[in-house]
Amino acid sequence: MSSALRLWEGQSKRSKMSLTVKDKSVVKAFWGKISGKADVVGAEAFGRMLTAYPQTKTYFSHWADLSPGSGPVKNHGGIIMGAIGKAVGLMDDLVGGMSALSDRHAFNLRVDPGNFKILSHNILVTLAIHFPSEFTPEVHIAVDKFLAALSAALADKYR
Amino acid sequence: MPDFDDNICQQRTTAPPSQDAEKSTISAVWGRVDINEVGPLALGRVLIVYPWTQRYFGSFGDVSTPAAIMGNPKVAAHGKVVCGALDNAVKNMGNILATYKSLSETHANKLFVDPDNFRVLADVLTIVIAAKFGASFTPEIQATWQKFMKVVVAAMGSRYF
Repeated sequence: MSSALRLWEGQSKRSKMSLTVKDKSVVKAFWGKISGKADVVGAEAFGRMLTAYPQTKTYFSHWADLSPGSGPVKNHGGIIMGAIGKAVGLMDDLVGGMSALSDRHAFNLRVDPGNFKILSHNILVTLAIHFPSEFTPEVHIAVDKFLAALSAALADKYR
Repeated sequence: MPDFDDNICQQRTTAPPSQDAEKSTISAVWGRVDINEVGPLALGRVLIVYPWTQRYFGSFGDVSTPAAIMGNPKVAAHGKVVCGALDNAVKNMGNILATYKSLSETHANKLFVDPDNFRVLADVLTIVIAAKFGASFTPEIQATWQKFMKVVVAAMGSRYF
């Protein structure tokens, strides 16, 4: 019965796998817990992505040092995580909120949007490492949905 | 003519691991994994985070809530089976494609499992292992482990075509 109701709820929404009220509240609560370490998480997730998925390094050929602990990597990871943290407050309109960043990624940076999923995975790995008890399956699904919705919003202006 | 010495993908601060080093990293990671604990955690998490995967487990009883899934003995038992099969890959690292030939055929022709699920399980397993190991699951170890999982996932999908 409950799975039938879930399907109905999904069918009444505009986009696929939209964030529910519960998802947003779980993400906000979890982000509240991690905000003190957001820079560290961002830096590490970005470094993990470059190391475990070396094809992502192609976007940073102008950087001298792409090792996980390097200055530019840590700095850039922090910038990305800062933007994600802002997006937590914009969950009611991610497409609108991410519009300028989407323009930038689409026309200026021209990052293949497949890479957003790769970074998302590395963010999840890093969250699991730093917050093993808080990153429960319930938090995992909400954060995974949020990052997917965020990725879609970031890709919105591409074509 | 591009200068391949400057190949950005090979740019590292240290030399890339040798195949022997990679195999030893993978064995070391696996050696720290308790199949009886990690298997159920990983499969349960897949069923919670990607609820459409429940389609394959209609006979497992109550999977209606995260608590039901994590407490379900059939889910736990099957998690151990799946992780146990990974043990085979670790023990036959030079020969994963052949090792998984019949398992791939079974999943394709008898169980009718979408092979994208293998990638999903591999990613969730990596996250569960990361949670257990903490900072000792370094970026370099993650890279080697995920390279291994990529081979396993490809082998599991190999008999679908």
